[in-house]
Amino acid sequence: MKKVYGSAAEALDGLLFDGMFIASGGFGLCGLPELLLQAIKDAGTKDLTFASNNAGVDDFGIGILLQTKQVKKMISSYVGENAEFMRQYLSGELELEFNPQGTLAERLRSGGCGIPGFYTKTGVGTVIADGKEHKDFPTGPNGENETYILETGLFADLAVVKAWKADATGNLVFRKTARNFNPPAAMSGKICVVEVEEIVPTGSLDPDHIHLPGIYVHRIIQGDHEKRIEQRTVRSA
Amino acid sequence: MWDRNQMAARAALELQDGWYVNLGIGIPTLVSNYIPEGVEVTLQSENGMLGMGPFPIEGEEDPDLINAGKQTITELPQTAYFDSAQSFGMIRGGKIAMAILGAMEVAENGDLANWMIPGKLVKGMGGAMDLVAGVGRVVVVMDHTNKHGESKVLKECTLPLTGKAVVDRIISNLGVLDVVEGGLKIVELADGVTEEEMRAATQATLV
Repeated sequence: MKKVYGSAAEALDGLLFDGMFIASGGFGLCGLPELLLQAIKDAGTKDLTFASNNAGVDDFGIGILLQTKQVKKMISSYVGENAEFMRQYLSGELELEFNPQGTLAERLRSGGCGIPGFYTKTGVGTVIADGKEHKDFPTGPNGENETYILETGLFADLAVVKAWKADATGNLVFRKTARNFNPPAAMSGKICVVEVEEIVPTGSLDPDHIHLPGIYVHRIIQGDHEKRIEQRTVRSA
Repeated sequence: MWDRNQMAARAALELQDGWYVNLGIGIPTLVSNYIPEGVEVTLQSENGMLGMGPFPIEGEEDPDLINAGKQTITELPQTAYFDSAQSFGMIRGGKIAMAILGAMEVAENGDLANWMIPGKLVKGMGGAMDLVAGVGRVVVVMDHTNKHGESKVLKECTLPLTGKAVVDRIISNLGVLDVVEGGLKIVELADGVTEEEMRAATQATLV
């Protein structure tokens, strides 16, 4: 079973349809599947729902799909860096569902693990809890009840993910904080397409050092990444 | 009265040897400059890192290595990386001893508001709701009053909440307050601040 494809467009061929739900890795501009997002833009697929922690910036990441109005809804925790996003949101063109960051990560992970819902304390007593099932569990320090809310797993039609290295079977290694939402997004997808900086010979990755096993990965491409820095911050030497 | 750096230095005294802590954006970030001698703490960055190091020197920025504020940072010998689900698993699971974060409003029962102002641009809560609900202890570092001179330490928050009854301690430019049964208790006054000044600037019940 061949998983390695020649380009992002080839790897996405036959997977895209209007109105689909896509989970994307990345935190800010770090660890973004930039080549796959560009290919989705080029394909012109419309009415997309994205589960993604952020919405990129105007000309990078999911921002490029907002420019072309291909996105119907975002499920995100923080969208502050994108002017076009805010314009579309305030004008009502774009739906936005805020999720606490850890709730979003766990919704993706649990969807991928076949868990349709989980209880969490995050957001209890806030607008996030409105309309959600509340349930008490005796988890307090002395066995007293604490209130939790039910959050649901996310089951994405497609996951788009960026890793550092892959072998031809899809075993993945990430690099530093570029790992972020990529593994939970990958797990959430019925199909997962991954872009990497390097495809290495099968057998050259240490099996004890694989971050995400190839069972979650269906298609792989290798490409050149811009890897833009959002907030370049330095100290004096 | 304390300035930003003095507030950060006071907040650093909250740190205990061996703790894993999460520092928010703004004044809380400065706390790492004042970690007391002999106290070893490990800083968590919720985008997937334990053992956060200082900003890089010019030329050593790495686009794959950023903090939760999206700034370039560095790693330390003890650094470990993990994904966002595991990162919030350790937050939600109570493994992080303390979070130090900023606030727009705090109420006398420990309610915290720091993520949205209705009618203004809403950027999102990021990881703040998960942190205040999950970590062992929540310390807020903020100015005691807003730019109009109104108290930010209230009987009840007016803004949408980030967490309900989550704050343990407030460190402001005027001093240190603890959330206790029935209201807030003055723990410490900042240099040159009188109890009368603290009371005048605090709308919440002081017990």
